[in-house]
Amino acid sequence: MQTRWHARLMLALLLAPALLWLGALIILPHLDLALLSLRQRTGPQQYVSSLAQYRTFFHEPLYWHVFVRTAVMSVVSTLFTLLVAFPIAWIIAKILQGRASSLLFIVCLVPFWVSETVRTLGWMILLRESGVLPALLVKLGLTAVPVEFLYRDATIMLGLVYTSMLFMLVPLVSSLESLDNSLIEAAYDLGASGASILRTIVIPHAAPGITAGCIIVFMLTLGNYLTPTLLGGKNSEWFTEQIYTQFITRFNWEQGAAFGFLLLGLSTAMVMIGLRLAGQRFGDVMRRT
Amino acid sequence: MSTPDLVADAVVKRFADHVAVDALSFSVERGSFFSILGPSGCGKTTLLRMIAGFIAPDGGDIAIGGQSMRNVAPNRRPVNMVFQQLALFPMMSVGENVEFGLARRGVGRADRKRKSQEMLERVGLSGAAHKRVDELSGGQRQRVAIARSLVLEPTLLLLDEPLGALDLKLREHMKIELKQLQAAFGTTFVYITHDQSEALVLSDHVGVMNHGRFEQLGTPQELYYRPQTPFVAGFVGANNRIVGKVDSINGEIVALSTASGWSIRARRHGSPAAGAAVEAFVRPEACILGRSVAELPQEFPVQAGAVQSLLFDGANSSVLLLEERTRHEFRIALPQTGQFSDLKPGEKIVFSFDPERAACFPARAGADGRSA
Repeated sequence: MQTRWHARLMLALLLAPALLWLGALIILPHLDLALLSLRQRTGPQQYVSSLAQYRTFFHEPLYWHVFVRTAVMSVVSTLFTLLVAFPIAWIIAKILQGRASSLLFIVCLVPFWVSETVRTLGWMILLRESGVLPALLVKLGLTAVPVEFLYRDATIMLGLVYTSMLFMLVPLVSSLESLDNSLIEAAYDLGASGASILRTIVIPHAAPGITAGCIIVFMLTLGNYLTPTLLGGKNSEWFTEQIYTQFITRFNWEQGAAFGFLLLGLSTAMVMIGLRLAGQRFGDVMRRT
Repeated sequence: MSTPDLVADAVVKRFADHVAVDALSFSVERGSFFSILGPSGCGKTTLLRMIAGFIAPDGGDIAIGGQSMRNVAPNRRPVNMVFQQLALFPMMSVGENVEFGLARRGVGRADRKRKSQEMLERVGLSGAAHKRVDELSGGQRQRVAIARSLVLEPTLLLLDEPLGALDLKLREHMKIELKQLQAAFGTTFVYITHDQSEALVLSDHVGVMNHGRFEQLGTPQELYYRPQTPFVAGFVGANNRIVGKVDSINGEIVALSTASGWSIRARRHGSPAAGAAVEAFVRPEACILGRSVAELPQEFPVQAGAVQSLLFDGANSSVLLLEERTRHEFRIALPQTGQFSDLKPGEKIVFSFDPERAACFPARAGADGRSA
């Protein structure tokens, strides 16, 4: 009896930091936000519980529009990230050997040693009207006057793909590295073309890695504030911006909290749909990352 | 004679600093079981991968079923390969594995199902189509790998040491199974291995490969009883190797003696001069063992030795002894009657062998004094 009690105490103590972290930093704030989102201010220091905050969201087309736009842009940028990262992951995992492979991986990693703000400002230096790229285009005679590249959806997309690249690359490389080369050769030997090897062997094998990468990148993109704001300016219409505005500018914490929960709901729903589409289980996928 | 299924004509492959396959030419008859036997690093895997099309030869040509395979990609060759680790697709069921090649050829779903069922039945796996690959035993996986290739009716089936990963008991069993499968399907098999017993048991013809060349190409019996080079004599089957210098030559028989002064006689290969360095090979089962000289046949020179240890291995038991004067190690197979199974270490014993059944070759350059 004594030893079992000891063992339990040990376990509790070992788990304590993790539980504290989870409780104090994640569960408690969320509970508080949930309560906040479910009340309405009727006068100074006077609140009643109501669903008014959520009603506002559904009745105000602007909020709706921004919400859907954020979701769609996030999905598209996740897919772009996958398309760009997959060939790079393939080169790192399967084509290059030894040092060359590690070198390319490090090259992909290096930009992430710099803070996201600085990286995004770097893009602004390159792309703004008085920046490097427009000047270059003028010099080459491709455009008559400098073009403003900032504040466009394509630019936001570029920034988002760039920012989330590494988080796609890591799970992809690890899942492709675990693919036995002889499976590829066997498929080739049995008459498969490059495209059908990709479809029947490589993608099914890498599916957990692809799903893991997509989930991480999607969540990061959806919750990204800095990149859309800096590269898209007023035109970015990103949902996190709306949350920021409610909390900081309008000082409407109730509305902001409700928006926060709506975003959480959105990302949860999208991840579930994504998992269902990929035929993957959440636990399996997360173990891969 | 029909056209051979596989013809290699002066095939060469060089890697940075060495020649992996050195101007190799051979042909494999339709429906035969051909093995390439050699130690690791002899170039046999390179050769197999050139036949499959994964690497291109630097020179020469490979023809399969009478067609040159130059610039033909692996997925367009009438050749299929059973990989060393089998390389079954873990993301697919057994049935899907067998159907894979058919699907790539655009065979319809119903036909595919029927053919893969038939094939699985023929390899004794009917009813396993829906199973996952990792639910199968090692031997069953082996059969799936073969079925997956044979369902495409290739001209040539290549097998890359497929038994290497199996445990001994299963390997013995699969050897027999492979031979039966080959006989049943009549497909030409090209099999590479470093295991001489696999090559001897399975093959109609064996090419013994070393340093990118065939040392000898022949039936298993020819390789075993009439090795043409010291490498083949040492590599195929067990052999006692005795290194020495020629004392005298009498017709086909050479008398040689080792550095420590042990003299034996053996049949000559080539024409060594007196005093030339040679190496002789005597099979353990070519020797006759006796407790006294009277038990030995009179016509052969009698040797004497002391038992060092008894190597009991059932029907393959042998005795390791040391020659009386020179302490040269020598291995002799024990008769199946169990007559000498009570030998004790240290016991004095006599033996002899027919010099006609011992082979004497000019010594290889760089050959060391190790007994093979």
